[in-house]
Amino acid sequence: MAELSTAGDSGDSGDTSDTGGTGDTVIATRALTKRYRGGQLAVDGLDLAVPAGSVFGFLGPNGSGKTTTIRMLMGLIEPTSGTARVLGRPMPRATRTVLPHVGALIEGPALYGFLSGRDNLLRYDSADPVADPRTRRTRVATALDRVGLTAAAGKKAKAYSLGMKQRLGLAAALLQPRKLLVLDEPTNGLDPQGMREIRSLVRELASDGTTVFLSSHLLDEIEQVCTHAAVMAQGRLITQGPVAELAAGARSRLVVTTPDPGEAARVLKEQGVSDVVVTEDRVTADPPDHDLAEVNAALVTAGVRVRGFGVERASLEDAFVALTGEGFDVAG
Amino acid sequence: MSRAETADSSGAAESAASGRAAAARAPSPLWTLGLLRNELSTTLRRWRTIALLGVLAAVPVLVGVAVKIETSDGSSTAGGGGEGPAFIAQITNNGLFLVFTALAATLPFFLPMAVGVVAGDAIAGEANAGTLRYLLVAPAGRTRLLVTKYATTLAFCVIATLVVATSALIVGALLFPLGELTTISGTRISFGEGLGRALLIALIVAASLIGIAALGLFVSTLTNSGIAAMATTVGLLITVQILDQIPQLHAIQPYFFSHYWLSFADLMRDPVYWDDLIRNLELQALYAAVFGAAAWARFTAKDITA
Repeated sequence: MAELSTAGDSGDSGDTSDTGGTGDTVIATRALTKRYRGGQLAVDGLDLAVPAGSVFGFLGPNGSGKTTTIRMLMGLIEPTSGTARVLGRPMPRATRTVLPHVGALIEGPALYGFLSGRDNLLRYDSADPVADPRTRRTRVATALDRVGLTAAAGKKAKAYSLGMKQRLGLAAALLQPRKLLVLDEPTNGLDPQGMREIRSLVRELASDGTTVFLSSHLLDEIEQVCTHAAVMAQGRLITQGPVAELAAGARSRLVVTTPDPGEAARVLKEQGVSDVVVTEDRVTADPPDHDLAEVNAALVTAGVRVRGFGVERASLEDAFVALTGEGFDVAG
Repeated sequence: MSRAETADSSGAAESAASGRAAAARAPSPLWTLGLLRNELSTTLRRWRTIALLGVLAAVPVLVGVAVKIETSDGSSTAGGGGEGPAFIAQITNNGLFLVFTALAATLPFFLPMAVGVVAGDAIAGEANAGTLRYLLVAPAGRTRLLVTKYATTLAFCVIATLVVATSALIVGALLFPLGELTTISGTRISFGEGLGRALLIALIVAASLIGIAALGLFVSTLTNSGIAAMATTVGLLITVQILDQIPQLHAIQPYFFSHYWLSFADLMRDPVYWDDLIRNLELQALYAAVFGAAAWARFTAKDITA
């Protein structure tokens, strides 16, 4: 489990483990559906496959069914139909054996305000029947240190700022070495510095072999740390796969910056490049199949003055817009 | 918290490694009790619990001082049991009777109210604070958490009763003479035996609260609002107490959890009259079984959305 794929902080480890889901998926759902008693369909036929060792971004606007999915994965909510397997075992039936290996932060931290930060962690740790009481205090101290709360450990949790509460919630997820971390909006309420720290913590955990399942409504956050991503909207899974592939799905573009756009467009068409679009001094087109160096040489030979030449990779946001036909911030 | 935990609380670096080793080792079944111990200390550290125990401790002080002032001119409290809680007339002769009086005064309302608050808050309070989802993801296990909560509530029943009894014993000893005492049947028993009976009565009173504790726990699994669960439980307590006074309902009154509560006075008879005491314990066991099962059925099947 530990050595599977140590996902680096760049997105290029994505192609090593496919999303097909043969054995090394940490989370696998099949037609997972939840209809609440009011009749509202929160999650609709979800087929999710989270490869081991990935940092998996779970993306979608607020109200798209992310949290309901996470609650079903953690055995808090019974699915209406379909199945969910976490670490290879069925949920919610196997909560006792699965959840000690899973650290979770669900819908923000929840703390006992009248207890100190340290006592909060001691309580959560003692709730785990397989957590060794002899190492409890040292594990709590290590977890507090890891999120930078050692100095505030003795303060009552009600005196904590939102960011400190978030860190304490993270510390609770890190009380034991985990195989899977489920982090629901972990950077909520944090300042930019705190966000950076959480991101580097996530990368550090991932490089130890922990699979991180990270839900967020912030696209750039997913793009910065995740190797894989899934996009949800209105309870349905729109797409999932390695981040690089998802972005590739939105087609990268050949971009030529030039003071002679008309001439450039003509040369590009001659070279067999399709979908040429001219906007002021930028000419964009579908990247051709043959060597880009030849295209560039042809431009220069034809006397086109080229300021910039290259392929622009599509961002995840472009991918999202291409998939849904609407902006990301439109809530479901 | 315990010696075992504090023993190796130094050297974070190497103990982190030992923590990993421990995770690989088979867990001991005894570790499961860690939650109960933590739950007990967490409950007793709540400001609300301390306030409830404070109120309960104040009742014997009030009764004792009132009786002392009333009888300071040398007259005895007139009338006897008819005008106040049982045994109140005997307090001036023997401070130990303040224990019985205080328990008789708190059992109809103060004690069950305190238990209702703690029981009603048990699950609903955690849901309200959102801490329930983290306990379950830990994973505490739903049955284990419910059993732990009920055990803690029962422990609170004993603690609350002993707080009343101890406070009454101290106040009684300070304000009134102690010594041999007369039972309801008229026989005399030594102070030592009286003390033993007082302890037995306290335990019976605590056992009388088993029913409302189970009822409160069940109510607690029905809602995500701790306040609503506490109010409902205390409301049920008051309703049952009122219905128990309506003669037309005598056919169903034997099934009210409070119906045999004051039977603890039978322990002061010589010989002890056991019938109602046994009936009380049977009724409490029935309530624990019925509402405990209902709470379990509800809680283990519930979607945790809070």
